[in-house]
Amino acid sequence: MAARDQHGIGAPWGDAAAGDPANRAFQVVGKPHRKIDGLAKATGRAQYADDLVLPGMLHAKTLRSPHAHAMIVAIDASKAKALPGVHAVITGADLPIKYGVIPWTQDEHALALDKVRFIGDEVAAVAAIDEDTANAALKLIRVEYEPLHAFLDPRESLARPEPKIHEESKTGNVSKHVDLAFGDVDAALASAEVVVEGDYVFHGTTHAAIEPHCAVAQFSAEGRLTVWSSTQITHYVHRALAKVLELPIQKIRVVQPALGGAFGGKSDPFSLEFCVAKLAMFTGRPVKMLYTREEVFYCHRGRHPMKLRYRTAASKDGKIDAVDAKILIDGGSYSSFGLVTTYYSGQLLTGPYHFPTYRFDSTRVFTNKPPCGPKRGHGSVQPRFAFEVQLDELAEKLALDPIELRRRNFQGDFTRTVNGQRITSNGFLACLDEVERASGWRARRAKLGRGRGLGVAGSMYISGTNYPVYPNKMPQAGIQLAVERSGRVTVFTGSNDIGQGSNSMVAYVVAEELGMDVADIRVVAADTDLVPVDLGAYSSRVTFMVGNATIDAARKLRTQIAGAVAKEWQIDAARVRMGNGKVFDLDSTERCITTAEAFQIAEARCDTLGATGSYNTPTLGGDYRGGTIGASPAYSFTAHVVEASVDVETGRITCHKVWIAHDCGRALNPMLVAGQMEGSAYMGIAEALLEDHGVNRFGLHAGPSLLDYRIPTSVDTPELRR
Amino acid sequence: MLRLPKFEVRTPESLDAALALLAEFGPDARVIAGGTDLVPNMKHELVTPRIVVSLARIPELRGVGDAGAGWLRLGAMTSLADVAADARVRAQAPALAQAAGLVAGPQLRTMGTLGGNVLLDTRCQWYNQTYFWREALGFCLKKDGTLCHVVEGGSKCVAAASNDTAPALMTLRAELVFVGPQGRRVTPIDDLWLADGAANKKCASDELLVEVRLPPTGPGHRGAYGKLRERASIDFPLLGVATRIELDARGTITDADVVLTALQARPVRVKRAAELLLGVRAEGDAFLAAARAVADQAHRQAHPMPNIPGDAEWRRAMVPVYVRRTLEAAARGAGPVHAV
Repeated sequence: MAARDQHGIGAPWGDAAAGDPANRAFQVVGKPHRKIDGLAKATGRAQYADDLVLPGMLHAKTLRSPHAHAMIVAIDASKAKALPGVHAVITGADLPIKYGVIPWTQDEHALALDKVRFIGDEVAAVAAIDEDTANAALKLIRVEYEPLHAFLDPRESLARPEPKIHEESKTGNVSKHVDLAFGDVDAALASAEVVVEGDYVFHGTTHAAIEPHCAVAQFSAEGRLTVWSSTQITHYVHRALAKVLELPIQKIRVVQPALGGAFGGKSDPFSLEFCVAKLAMFTGRPVKMLYTREEVFYCHRGRHPMKLRYRTAASKDGKIDAVDAKILIDGGSYSSFGLVTTYYSGQLLTGPYHFPTYRFDSTRVFTNKPPCGPKRGHGSVQPRFAFEVQLDELAEKLALDPIELRRRNFQGDFTRTVNGQRITSNGFLACLDEVERASGWRARRAKLGRGRGLGVAGSMYISGTNYPVYPNKMPQAGIQLAVERSGRVTVFTGSNDIGQGSNSMVAYVVAEELGMDVADIRVVAADTDLVPVDLGAYSSRVTFMVGNATIDAARKLRTQIAGAVAKEWQIDAARVRMGNGKVFDLDSTERCITTAEAFQIAEARCDTLGATGSYNTPTLGGDYRGGTIGASPAYSFTAHVVEASVDVETGRITCHKVWIAHDCGRALNPMLVAGQMEGSAYMGIAEALLEDHGVNRFGLHAGPSLLDYRIPTSVDTPELRR
Repeated sequence: MLRLPKFEVRTPESLDAALALLAEFGPDARVIAGGTDLVPNMKHELVTPRIVVSLARIPELRGVGDAGAGWLRLGAMTSLADVAADARVRAQAPALAQAAGLVAGPQLRTMGTLGGNVLLDTRCQWYNQTYFWREALGFCLKKDGTLCHVVEGGSKCVAAASNDTAPALMTLRAELVFVGPQGRRVTPIDDLWLADGAANKKCASDELLVEVRLPPTGPGHRGAYGKLRERASIDFPLLGVATRIELDARGTITDADVVLTALQARPVRVKRAAELLLGVRAEGDAFLAAARAVADQAHRQAHPMPNIPGDAEWRRAMVPVYVRRTLEAAARGAGPVHAV
C-alpha cells in the first residue's frame, strides 16, 4: 500500500548521485507529446459509445414529462407494446430503487415512479428494432398526470415548503443548508475601516459537450451485464447499476469507450444507463440509447444559478479583515452533487487571498427545472465571480490598483486557510506578475479610451479532495502495470479519459519512470472487468491522484528490474539507470542493454513482471462537520487579465483578448495544459457573455438546441494568450 | 440525434418536370433548395412532406447573369455565398451582397440559396422547437394548435420574417419571377408579403420561385445592411436593417429607402425615409440629423414582440441605433453594420 501523499520509493534523482531534484532533466515529462489517442480521434477512428453496434441490437428511446411538476395517475403502455417492432416498454415500476451520486441524498429514479419534477423528467423507455419504431411507440404511451404547483423561482422554494418537490424531505423544498463561520466576522465588520457590499446573480449554464450521452447494454447467457457508457465516472455507475438492478456488482462490467467531452456533465449515473440495462435484461438482446441534443439539455447537471450577497471588510491599505457571504442556490429538481456544491460555494473561496475571518451561509433549494450538478470549477465559479467583483469595488473605493490590492492580500505558500485547508506551494503571485506584464497593464490600464478597458481576476481550485463520495479507507486511485518481455508495458487504470488526456498522462509517467518510449506503452482504461478502481474524472483529481499512483507502481517495477540487472552485472543497484529505452551502468556507461533485455533479465530472475500502485490522500481539512469537503492535497492557482470593450449604445460587450497564467505545478505535458487553459478561459467568456441555461414561464427549457443555447464558435472567441 | 421523418426524394432535371411533381403531389410535396431551413423544420416535425422535390439538377436555376437593360438576374438556386461574392452584385446591389454574406455561417451560405432565403419560413421561439417541446405547451397557432404564446389570446400568428436578403431586395426594388401551372409571373418583392406569421408570402404551393431580378443602379447608388444578432458567426437576425441612398453628382440625396426585418411577420418599410433625407448632402451634421430623424421614425414604427429570442424591449431600442448606423454606412459606401 502506498504511503499517503508521498511515494513509498524515492525517485532516482532524489539520491545524492543525481543531485537536486529541481535540476533533474526529464526525458518525457515537460515535453509536448502527442496524445496517445490523438491520431485516432483526428482521423475518425476512435470508437465512441454510439459507434458500438452489436448483433441483434435494439434501439431505445425515453418518454419524458411535459409537466414541470405533476403526479403520475396512470400509465397505459399497451398500445406501444403492441406496435410491431417494439420489444419492451418499461416504466418506473420496473426500476423502483432510488439512486444518486451522493449516498446521503439519493432521490432519483431511472424512470419516474409516482411523480415528475421537471419538463423532460424520464417517465418510460421503449426498446424497438430501430429508433423510428421506438419513437413511434413513445407517441402511443398514454400517461395521465395531475399537475402540481411548479416552482420556477428559488426564492419561492425557500419561502414555500409545500407542495414538496421531494415528499421525503424534512426541510420543505430546501435541498441543503450550510452555515459556517470562522472567527468573529461581525466584530471585524463592525470595526473595519472600509466595507463594500453587493448583490450578484450568476445565471445557469450547461456543459454542451460535443458528444451526447449514449449507453449500450448487453446481458449474457451467464447473467453478466455489460454496460458501455459515455460516463466520466465508471466506478459510480458500476455501484449504482448494482444497487438499482439488484445484481451482484461483480456480475456487472462497465466500460467507458472514447468520450467526446464531459466537463462534469457525465459525472452522475443517468437514466439511460439503467434503462438500457433493464431493457437488455428483459429482451435478451443488446440495447442502445443515444440522447438527442435536446435530451442532453434536459438531463443537464450544469452550473447552478446562484444569488449571492457579499460583504467584505478591509483596512485602509486594502488588507481584508472579513468576508461574509449569503448564497441562494437554485438546484433544479434533484440533489445530484448538490450537497457538495453547497459546501464548495463557501469552502473554496479561501484562497489565493488571506481571510482572517470568514462566514458563509449557503442554501440550495429544489425547483422544477432540469437538475443542476457539477460543471468545470464545480460550485466555485459563481462565488469567485462575485468576490472578485467585491475586490474590484474595494480597489475602487481605496483608489488602489486592482492587481496591487490582490497582491497585498496574497495568502502565501505552505500555510493554512481560515477554514482549515492546507496550502502547499502557491504560484499565485507569479501568475499575477505574468498577466500584468504580458497585458501591458501598467502602461495601458485606464488609458484605452471610454468603453474599453482591462480587468483582472484571480482564483484557486482543488486537485481532487481527500473525501471519496462514499466513505471508505481504500485508495482513491489504483494502477496495475503488466510487463511483456518484448519491451512493452501495459498500464491498467480505472481513470476516465474524457478528452483531458489522462490515458496519455499515465503513459508519459510510466515512460519517464522506466526510461521508455511512450509508443511502447499501452493503456487499458475505464473497464471495470480489467482495471483497478479509480474514483473517476471529477474534481480535477486525475492527473494528481492517478499520476501519483502511476509513479508508485512504476517505481516499484523499476526497483525490481534495476535490482535484477544489478545482480546480473554484480553491481550495486544504485548504479543501474533506465533511460531512452536503454538500461546502463552509471559508472560504466558502455555497459548498456535495451529495456527489453532488462525486462528479460528481470523476468528470468524474479517472476512474471508486474506492479501495482495506488494513491490515497493524507488526512486534510478542518476539524468540523464538512471540514474535509474541499480539502485537497494540492491547489492550483491562476490569474487572468481580460481586455474588453462595451458598445455604449447597444450595451454589447466584446472581449478582445485574454491573458492567462496558471500554476498547475509541473506541467507533465505543456501542450495539454495549454489546452486546458484555453478551454477554461473560453468557457468562462462563454458563460459571462453568451450562455444562459434558463426556462420559460412554463418551466420549459428556453431553447434546447445548439442554435438557441449560444456557445461561442471560433469566430466569437477572443485571442487567448498564455 | 433527432430523426428525420421518412420521405421520398425526387430529383427532376427540368423546370417542367419539377412543376409536374408539385402539381401531382400538391400539399404532400415540398421543394428543397439548399435544405438549410427545410431539413431542421422537418426534424422538428413542422413540415412532414411525403415527397421532397429537389431543384439541385436544374442548372438554369443557378447563377448570376445579365437580364438586359442593366438588369441583373439571379437564379433562385444561386448559393448565398455566390451572391455575396459576385462582383456584379457587390457593385450594383451592395446591400444585397452584404445581407447574403451575413446569413448564418459559411457552411450554411454554401448550401443555402437566395430563393430559399427569400421564401424562408417565419420564425418564433414557440415554433422552431421539437415536437416534444411544442406538445408540452399544447402547440401554437402557427402549427398544430390554437394558442399564441407570444400574444396571450392572440388570434393571428406573429412569427417573425427572418430572412436577411428580403429587406435588402425591397430597398433595391427587386422583382421575383415565379413559374407555375399558369405560366410565368413577375412580381415586385414588395407585393410578396402578408402580415400573417402563419403564412407571410403570397405564393402558391404549386409554383416555383425561379429568379430574382435587380433593376439597374447608377454611380450614385449606395446601400448597406445592418444585422443585430447574438453571435457574429451564425445566428438569425434579432433585427435586420437595409438602407439605400441615391446621390446626384454633387453628393446630394435624391432618393432613399429603409426596410427593417425580424420584427414582425413581414419586413417593414420605414415611412418617410426618402422625404426626410431628400436634398441632404450625404455627409456631415445635416446628414446625421436627417439620419437620426429616420431612426426616430423607425423607432416609432417598430414594435418587436417576444416572438424570436432576445429581449423585445432591447430589440426595439436597437432599431434607431441600427437604422442610423446603417444609413451612415451606406453614405460612406461601407457596411455591413455588424457587431462583434
